[in-house]
Amino acid sequence: MNQFYTPTDHFSLLPALLLALFGCAILMLDFFVLPHPRQKRWLIFFALLGEFFAGLALYRQYRFLEDQSIPALRAFSDGLIIDGFSIFFNAIFVAAAVLVAIISYRYLEVEGEHHGEFYGLILLAQCGMYFLASGTELVTIFIGIELMAVTFYILVGFLRSDRRSNEAAMKYLLLGAFSSGFLAYGFSLLYAITGSTRLPKIAAELAQRPATDPLLLLAIVTTLVGLLFKVGAAPFHMWAPDAYEGAPTPVTAYLSVASKAASVAVLVRLFLGTLAPHRINWEPMLAVAVVLSLTIGNFSALSQTNLKRLLAFSSISHAGYILLGLIAGNRTGLTGICIYLFVYTFMNTGAFLVLISLRQKGMTGDDIDDLNGLIHRSPGHALLMALFLLSLGGIPPTAGFIAKYYIFLSLVETGHYALAITAALFVAVSIYYYFRIVRAMFLNEAGQLLPALPGWGARVGFAVTALATLAIGLYPEPIIRFAGTSLLR
Amino acid sequence: MSPLSLALWTPLACLFVLLALPSSQKTAIKLWANISAVLGLLTMLPLITGYDRSNGGFQFVERAEWIPSLGIQYYIGIDGISLLLMVLTAVTAVVATLSSWEAIQDRLKQYYAMLLLLQVGMLGVFASLDFILFYVFWELVLVPMYFLIGVWGGPRKLYAAIKFFLYTLAGSVLMLLGILTLYSQHWTQFGTPTFEIDALLRLTMPFWMQQWVFWALFIGFAIKVPMFPFHTWLPDAHTEAPTAGSVILAAVLLKMGTYGFLRFSLPLLPQASMDRTIVQVVVGLSLIGILYGALVCLMQQDWKRLVAYSSVSHLGFCTLGIFSLNPNGIAGSVIQQLNHGISTGMLFLIVGVVYERRHTREISEYGGLAHRMPLFATVFAFAVLSSAGLPLLNGFVGEFTILQGAFEANRWWAAMAVPGVVIGAAYLLWLYQRTTLGQITNAKNNHLADLSWRELAVFAPFILWAFSIGLYPKPYFEIIERPVARIVERVRPGYYQDRPPSPALAQAPHAAPHTAQGGAR
Repeated sequence: MNQFYTPTDHFSLLPALLLALFGCAILMLDFFVLPHPRQKRWLIFFALLGEFFAGLALYRQYRFLEDQSIPALRAFSDGLIIDGFSIFFNAIFVAAAVLVAIISYRYLEVEGEHHGEFYGLILLAQCGMYFLASGTELVTIFIGIELMAVTFYILVGFLRSDRRSNEAAMKYLLLGAFSSGFLAYGFSLLYAITGSTRLPKIAAELAQRPATDPLLLLAIVTTLVGLLFKVGAAPFHMWAPDAYEGAPTPVTAYLSVASKAASVAVLVRLFLGTLAPHRINWEPMLAVAVVLSLTIGNFSALSQTNLKRLLAFSSISHAGYILLGLIAGNRTGLTGICIYLFVYTFMNTGAFLVLISLRQKGMTGDDIDDLNGLIHRSPGHALLMALFLLSLGGIPPTAGFIAKYYIFLSLVETGHYALAITAALFVAVSIYYYFRIVRAMFLNEAGQLLPALPGWGARVGFAVTALATLAIGLYPEPIIRFAGTSLLR
Repeated sequence: MSPLSLALWTPLACLFVLLALPSSQKTAIKLWANISAVLGLLTMLPLITGYDRSNGGFQFVERAEWIPSLGIQYYIGIDGISLLLMVLTAVTAVVATLSSWEAIQDRLKQYYAMLLLLQVGMLGVFASLDFILFYVFWELVLVPMYFLIGVWGGPRKLYAAIKFFLYTLAGSVLMLLGILTLYSQHWTQFGTPTFEIDALLRLTMPFWMQQWVFWALFIGFAIKVPMFPFHTWLPDAHTEAPTAGSVILAAVLLKMGTYGFLRFSLPLLPQASMDRTIVQVVVGLSLIGILYGALVCLMQQDWKRLVAYSSVSHLGFCTLGIFSLNPNGIAGSVIQQLNHGISTGMLFLIVGVVYERRHTREISEYGGLAHRMPLFATVFAFAVLSSAGLPLLNGFVGEFTILQGAFEANRWWAAMAVPGVVIGAAYLLWLYQRTTLGQITNAKNNHLADLSWRELAVFAPFILWAFSIGLYPKPYFEIIERPVARIVERVRPGYYQDRPPSPALAQAPHAAPHTAQGGAR
């Protein structure tokens, strides 16, 4: 306890350290060593190397917990925790970051904005996410959120000459700063009530408090508002469609997958852990947010013609489904959240990847009509897109079904029948807009777009995302085991 | 590999071979698709010959782990009801594939691939004994059907395709919630995760929960059947689908709903299925469906839409029979499901024949076809009479038995269903009269060619089958006798002790139905 920086501290911090180190190194290399535009491609390998080491450090943490068979490893006097939950989420972040890195290459080339710091920022954002999944101390969590958010503000506005990108970054920044204020307020109230910033201590203090404490209620409301904003759940979703549409498409994928997962990790730790005794206070609020997310997300997506906006609204509705697991709050619900996010990483990134590989110079390829008759021009892309969309809609035997299965099961187990029926019916609504895309690709007459030119990054990306979407759907046993055993301890 | 798995996966294997063929070889693709369909039918032979009628339980059972931590298994097996429906599926596949030879000209490979995928889904639905496996196949059917309607359909195909998909999906996700409730009940009561039907039979649930699960499943199945207020997707889907799609929809897809009632709702939720209110609601909807469907048929200007609405009416008989909850009603319902597949399948093929020649479905465009197409007129007459339930043809056997069952349950039900039969005969004969009899009123019909050999071959299986059921239905009743007895015994324990065996059961060779429960597992 008294030692300043113990080996345990180092062990639990290592993945984040590596990410930060490689992230900063890429910024330096880009500036000093590889200034020529044609040399930028080496930076992507450097970024992947960083991911490899970070992944290795994570794997060692995983082995350590397995070998010692201990539920968790606490470090920095309860500031960080290494447990199955944090490792599972960090695995999601690694997968998302690697996928985004390899699919960005061609996109940035096409846009003429290939700057090395892109890869550095991806790693730095992931570094912030690490603290969201592992942090058990309010300031650590807050800094993690800000590190992630600030890098995303830059990434969203990465297309410097594109007005939409700039506008998106500005909107995201202003609203994001606002929500961070809410979050900081909530955290400070929690500190004011309990006199500690460490979650275990806070939990112990809060358990003594009556549920009717107005100060506590205020703390719960503000914290929830701040986090729901980050998750992109209604009614705090206003930024999402604009940011998703304006951002470079790989960043959109990263934002919708990893940033959402990281924020959900904090929600789970806070609300199913620390604030669990006060469920009576937050469950109704969360239920309202879920129903709003499902309604607004699904119904707004119906009328979109821009694919990125459509996927943005669909991602709002997916946030709703994920939060349903939180409302159920039992083991199935928790497993459901983990599996949902894992699956979502692959299917959603895959869908964005199709858009990326259809994009060409002077041609956005973001409209539904741009996909008209895709089956004739590049059948492979059309089939892959159909697979991802079916999975997003939750049709078996794709991975999306397993995710929805768990969420529905947890609701039924805990007797939330009304919510379950609402969520189930919205599946049918969502299929309507996903199938508008399918219709364009398979049933409409061919449009003008040239056939896609997949690069090696896209090939690898497609292989990974499609394989994961199909394999998890057909044989989900390994991932269920992984999620299950991680959470059991 | 056991015969059932062979039958289930042969179409998929054929699908992979089909995908390997080059798209330019149109004849080769068509030939292979037809060979696949025949192969699919051949795989049914071991099931038919090997089926043991004296055993009411599931046969050809296969079981393997699929997702152990969720308790989901690859668990298949069939009883008499599923056997008949699987054979119907295989025969329909042959007919549908052959009927597409001329009608489908573009995107051939994709077309036949969709037909084969559809076949896998349908067979899987009837063979699954694990609820999630069933659900997976149930959903698998949606996608190929969506494309069949959406790509190769009529003028309003896009609307019809998505309507079909959304309706069915909305029903099936609610069904999923019902399934999950059963599963979580099993988990709390026995501590093991499972979706096996026979394990779920052991559940004891409070009545309100049985009701909730019943309605959740009901909506899923009722949309598929489709029962009265849920039927609106059907006229659009049927009308816009290509001929083969309509035939498969009518002959097999609708039966998935009625099969669901028989396999899941009744045995798993006996108290809810016996509940007075529930039975009255469901029977009420069936009766409305019978009469409403028949009356709407009288109004139709569109030949295909008329046939589509006649399905609503005929399927009303099937659900009426099921919820009479006695052996006659249920057995009649199963036979009627088979009959409806045969006769409505033929009617859709008939529409397909004239549509291919004239590219219109307006009834008023036709008239006096018998003069130019005598063979066609004969086949059409068989189809009409079989659908109208003329004795000696198949339709009579099913409808009569259902009415017998309904009469036993409540004589008013039978009384209200009978007008459905009468109006049924009316709209079918009137259709026949307007299109086929009389003088040729439209000059365009003067040069229509009669049925070709290929088209005759398309109709032949259905006509022969219609006669065989109509003339000698006994083997069919024997096949389903034990499984039906099991269902009745489950829903109304002691039914067979209380009353003398009904005539249909008494004439069967192994009439000792109350012991059937013993041989169940």
